[in-house]
Amino acid sequence: MSEVGKYRIKQLSIFSENRPNRLGAVAKVLKEGKINILGFSIAEGAGYGVIRVLVDRPEIARDLLTKEGFVVKFTEVLAIQMEDRPGGLFDLTDHMKDINIEYGYGYRNPPYAVLIVRVEDIEKGIEQLLAGGLKLLDGTTFH
Amino acid sequence: MVYWNPIEVMPVDELKALQLKQLKMLVYKLYTFSPFYRQKMKDAGVTPEDVQTLKDVGKLPFMVKKDLRDGYPDKLFLATSREVVRYHASSGTTGKPTIVGYTQNDIEGWSESVARGLVSAGVGTDDVLQVCYTYGLFSGGLGLHYGAEKVGAAVVPASTGNTERQIDLVQDLGVTVIAATPSYLLHMGEVAAKMGVDLKKDTKLRLGILGAEPWSQRMRDRIYEQLGIKAVDIYGTSELSGPLWSECGDQNGIHVWADMTLIEVVDPNTGEPVPIGEKGELVVTMLQKEAFPIIRYRTGDITTMHEEVCTCGRTHPRIGRIQGRVDDMIIIRGINVFPSQVEHSLMTNPEVGNEFQIVVDRKGALDTMLVRVELRPEAFGDRVFELDAIKDRITHKLRGSLNVGVNVEIVEPGSLPRFEGKAKRVVDKRVY
Repeated sequence: MSEVGKYRIKQLSIFSENRPNRLGAVAKVLKEGKINILGFSIAEGAGYGVIRVLVDRPEIARDLLTKEGFVVKFTEVLAIQMEDRPGGLFDLTDHMKDINIEYGYGYRNPPYAVLIVRVEDIEKGIEQLLAGGLKLLDGTTFH
Repeated sequence: MVYWNPIEVMPVDELKALQLKQLKMLVYKLYTFSPFYRQKMKDAGVTPEDVQTLKDVGKLPFMVKKDLRDGYPDKLFLATSREVVRYHASSGTTGKPTIVGYTQNDIEGWSESVARGLVSAGVGTDDVLQVCYTYGLFSGGLGLHYGAEKVGAAVVPASTGNTERQIDLVQDLGVTVIAATPSYLLHMGEVAAKMGVDLKKDTKLRLGILGAEPWSQRMRDRIYEQLGIKAVDIYGTSELSGPLWSECGDQNGIHVWADMTLIEVVDPNTGEPVPIGEKGELVVTMLQKEAFPIIRYRTGDITTMHEEVCTCGRTHPRIGRIQGRVDDMIIIRGINVFPSQVEHSLMTNPEVGNEFQIVVDRKGALDTMLVRVELRPEAFGDRVFELDAIKDRITHKLRGSLNVGVNVEIVEPGSLPRFEGKAKRVVDKRVY
């Protein structure tokens, strides 16, 4: 893997149909596999959802979920570090004007915060963010 | 008693003699001019000379939906396009519909059949009749239209939809008779109530010509109590022409005009006639159709036949309420839907698997149809709008091929039931 390849974070996307407690079912698999969730979001579609998870052992999590019948796919995302203070996000977006963000979610991890994003062109995204002086977290932070 | 045509009270033995003559002429005609039916008769080892009594109709081969489908578009026609003056299309069991053609005489016979039925229920020149069946390729709207116009009623060709405007017309034009599916009529009652209109007190509606879907005596009573409308049953299918026969005002079963039709009720498994009055599959021979001849057509509808002269005085046989289907066809808002059509449409989408489920329910008065289909893992992507687009594509294709407002739900692979033997694709939650 190239130098910048380390910034491509493996996120799990799980298809969840419109049935009660699908989230519980996913969480159960991860619990039993002793998988730790590091980041998490749920996106709603028309009559179904997509659960997006960052975990400490993505390959194992994928295999466990697939075995239980879930439809799972890997998506590559970027993890951008922000300062944990008012204006932390704004400072970030100032350097992201040319990047097409498809979706994102964030979490706070003192002393800093993290924005997870999927961008349209991940190579270009990495290039521009680093050129703008932003700090990207690499895979080892997660898995 | 008012009759449209004195033949409606022709003595039974004269009627039967007339039927036999028509049947023999039909069989000779088909044997001579229809390569399709001549081959069928040869395969069955039957010649026209073998038909000497009405009972001998049992020697003739059946026609089934598959024959009509394989004949797409006009391989079963006996008329050329010069002689054909109308086409209608009905649901096919897979992708292709069945095309039915009509000569001028066929349109005349169809309208005559409907006119007799309407008059037997009390429709006359003073009536204003609103047709709420679909106009277009579907034979329901135009079938009622031509029959009612022939009788001399003032026809309001409303077709389906735009219910609030339909209710305005019912009030403003003084509509007295309404032709619709029973569920649509009840739906109209609900919409009217929301508008502050009581169909019983605020309109002149007194009679309903209701059909195209199963309905019960309980529904009939409810329609009379809540809407003040006396409802009679109407039956027909496009393959036979369209809506053809309806109940007289005595509400004793549907009169099937014997000078134009020969009916049988058979055991769907053996094809043998059942004792009169017992239920079985309705088999129809149209004695006078020119463009698209129909002989011993297995309708798939289960009913009973009655030969006693009706209390109204008409001597033609009657059939009872349709009690069900021999196949898996379902009816949604008056439209025939075969699960195989749904399958055919779904399989053109690479993103879905082989399993599907159809859930039918009734919201208020109207039928709803939900098709649940499994997502193929390969088709899953992280982007929600792409999944939405897949669902929209599937829905659009289904609606286009079924002509029904169906909804689609994407589910996880493996979540739909699997079947050892014949798949039971339809979950029907409706209660009549």
